[in-house]
Amino acid sequence: MSPSIPLQEMIRAIRSARTQCEERGVIQRECAAIRAQFRQSDSESRSHNLAKLLYVHMLGYPAHFGQMECVRMIASPRYSEKRVGYLGAMMLLDEKQDASLLITNSIKNDLSHNSQYVQSLALCTLACIGSAEMCRDLAPEIDRLLRASNSYIKKKAALCAIHIVRKVPELGELFAPTARCLLVEKHHGVLHGAVVLITELCECNPETLERFRKAVPDLVRIMKGLVTSGYSPEHDVAGISDPFLQVRIQRLLRILGRNSEAASDAMNDLLAQVATNTDSTKSVGNAVLYETVLTVLDIKSESGLRVLAVNILGRFLLNNDRNIRYIAMTSLQKIVGTDNIAVQRHRGTIVDCLKDADASVKRRALDLSLALVSASNIRSMMKELLVFLSSCPPELRAEAASGIFHAAEKYAPSQRWHIDTILHVLTTAGGDVRDETVPNLILLITSAAELHCYTVHKLYRALFTDISQQPLVQVACWCIGEYGDLLLKGECQEMEPVELTEDSVLDALETVLQSHMSSPVTRGFALTATMKLSTRITENVDRIRSIVSIYGSCIDVELQQRAVEYNALFQKYDHMRAAVLERMPVFEKNSPGHTNGESTGDDAVKVMDKVKQREISLPQQQQPVNQVCNLLDLLGDSEEPVHPGPAQGGAATGLTNNPARPAGEDLLDLLGGFEPTPPTPAPAASVYEKNGVTLTLACDKHSDSGLTVTLAASNSSDSDVTSFTLQAAVPKSVHLHMKAPSGDTLPARGAAQVTQSVLLNNPNKVTLKMRIRISYSSQGSAVQDTVQVDSFPGVDV
Amino acid sequence: MIRFLLLFSKQGRLRLQKWFTPLTDREKKKVIRDMMATVLARPARSCNFLQWRDLKVVYKRYASLYFCAGLEDQDNELLSLEVLHRYVELLDKYFGNVCELDIIFNFEKAYFILDEFLMGGEVLETSRAAVGVSLEEADALQETMEEYMSRPAY
Repeated sequence: MSPSIPLQEMIRAIRSARTQCEERGVIQRECAAIRAQFRQSDSESRSHNLAKLLYVHMLGYPAHFGQMECVRMIASPRYSEKRVGYLGAMMLLDEKQDASLLITNSIKNDLSHNSQYVQSLALCTLACIGSAEMCRDLAPEIDRLLRASNSYIKKKAALCAIHIVRKVPELGELFAPTARCLLVEKHHGVLHGAVVLITELCECNPETLERFRKAVPDLVRIMKGLVTSGYSPEHDVAGISDPFLQVRIQRLLRILGRNSEAASDAMNDLLAQVATNTDSTKSVGNAVLYETVLTVLDIKSESGLRVLAVNILGRFLLNNDRNIRYIAMTSLQKIVGTDNIAVQRHRGTIVDCLKDADASVKRRALDLSLALVSASNIRSMMKELLVFLSSCPPELRAEAASGIFHAAEKYAPSQRWHIDTILHVLTTAGGDVRDETVPNLILLITSAAELHCYTVHKLYRALFTDISQQPLVQVACWCIGEYGDLLLKGECQEMEPVELTEDSVLDALETVLQSHMSSPVTRGFALTATMKLSTRITENVDRIRSIVSIYGSCIDVELQQRAVEYNALFQKYDHMRAAVLERMPVFEKNSPGHTNGESTGDDAVKVMDKVKQREISLPQQQQPVNQVCNLLDLLGDSEEPVHPGPAQGGAATGLTNNPARPAGEDLLDLLGGFEPTPPTPAPAASVYEKNGVTLTLACDKHSDSGLTVTLAASNSSDSDVTSFTLQAAVPKSVHLHMKAPSGDTLPARGAAQVTQSVLLNNPNKVTLKMRIRISYSSQGSAVQDTVQVDSFPGVDV
Repeated sequence: MIRFLLLFSKQGRLRLQKWFTPLTDREKKKVIRDMMATVLARPARSCNFLQWRDLKVVYKRYASLYFCAGLEDQDNELLSLEVLHRYVELLDKYFGNVCELDIIFNFEKAYFILDEFLMGGEVLETSRAAVGVSLEEADALQETMEEYMSRPAY
């Protein structure tokens, strides 16, 4: 067993270890020695061993085996052992450890010890690690010490009582009367403790607060004494007499005067005196003044005093010391809501602080500047804020960007200014803006009709300078897609004309598509924009066609789906393309679809949601786009789609984005109380019979305009019928919703049926007709038939 | 109320830690790491205040040691700077021209001094002289009780 070395030797040995490994070796040896020493009950140097253990603990090594030793040492009669034992308890034990309960008894005994220094050790430890049970046990002792002992113990007991009150607020009642009596003490330490104790009592219990309001005159008197007294060497700090006590008294006055006219009146004079007489050349004086200002602004002070306080803050703002400027801005932030005009006077200085090199000051200045933006100063403030944004530290960027957007939205003097500002932010801090910025900006752009040309030109140029800022690129792509024709016209009254060919525009979009910096969402934007351009440009449609078909085999599923559907739009539905890709109408913010959670940033989704109610919904099988168009053909209408452009544009892209949703799910919600209740057995009519396949139709009218039609199919032939699907079309104003069929195979000889429900809503009470297309394969060949149903059994239209 | 007081060197070695609220060991380590990282990264003539989680942090550098205190919302930051300064003055008076080595080799004394000045996160004694007197008397107590022990010299 190696002999234990003295504490300082060990510290030296640890410090001289050259590597982490060596240090660990030394420490392990020492810990082993210490553990051995602990096991021997009567070691001579117990306190040193524990001290060594505490040092090791501070370096971060485990030291829990010392906990019991702490408990033993606290119980020792030797003062040095008690001292180190209590120190060890404060460092190694906390209220969660079981061992802490064991010291409760020792603390209790030591609280009545002869020596005040032993008492103080116990008090200190209780205030540091006292758990709620210990506090409850020992509270009466503390109260006794508060009342009858010397100043040294009284001040410690007061702070111990504060800890008890924090842990067990109910015990505040116990200490309230004693605290009141302590206010007459002369000893500053006791006085300070008493003031802090009263503050704590008032904060946790409003009734106690009421009672202590009567103490305001006493506090004012004490404070006056401090302020007007001459030099007292014991408590003086740079010319201020006991600043710690002055600050705490003012804090207590603040709490007492907060909602009380009477109390606030009583302290008015005093606060004015402190505010004017305190020397503010030194930092200490400023600390006291700071507390005074906070107090004045919080109580019901008279206006003259408030003006004085704000002026002090203004002076602080001009101070060279960064700390003072920081706290001035923190305080101004608190009152900017109520005393806005007063704070506006200092706007210039605050804006200058934006340029300060210090990060803390910058943050405060940013918060305060954003709070000071108003309709009258928006232009100048925004200039400053934009300059700030370009040079601000990265952790403040997101906050600054969102603050700027908010301010721009509230106070924008013109739409063009608004758009310019947002574009500026996107170019400087595009990576830090929030997601809803893109749709908000698009909304803004669409609503500013006269600025479309200007906007698209500007965005196009921005796209060339920097392709990495995703929100900017997304908005740019969207605009180029929407307003590509304006872009290609080449001239715009506010910007210099530039020669743009269709190729260059398509090049730009292709660059976005292929760039590795583009996120999948951005690529989606670019692809849609390319597609939209197919109707806006005249010559390079083939190029667009080839781009779109390439992406038909893209790995990203979203892009692939879009490309495939756009391809279909080119091939089969070319006649519809113009209508589908027409220009978007202006949409309002906060429309039901707008707040749809799944925002991919593509606003077509939102438009689609609004319009979905009028969409012809379909069973979700293979290419939905086909069926839309075929049904329209069924109805025998002209090539113009049944509904205005956006609907179809929405439909095409909408279906893109919601492939898996049961078609028309929203429709069900919109139709409200449309319960798909099983209809009472209704007369069924047979509408189709061929090849052994029979289709019957039964209706159930369950509301004024609502109707459920049940189609049932059966197969009486000898072979199974597979891939059985039904499609239905109804006149324009009728809403149709087909639920999923029960299956798509009709087993032979009528073994089972396939049923499908169709929900109809006929608000305009037009003559109800339905065209049904039946397709299936039977005996190896595909069959497709159409029937028209003009009369519905059970319904008299 | 001061939640914690930390002393650490420029190289990131902890010299003193005082916690005035109960925290688990893990939480303590996290706070220490965060404080060191944030404070040591600040440039030389910065503001002494910063915001960390929901606390105000006040720090000041004295020679090679950083004194760092975490305050609650209601506390006066400028006054806390004075508190840190007062603690340094007390150390200086006790050790006579204190330097970091004094605090390293006599860390338990640094804690005793702190316990005479702050308690439960609040200032205990506002008079320098009174703190000095009580420390002397306590030390004297220490010696007399151990007159029979052959202690190695510190």
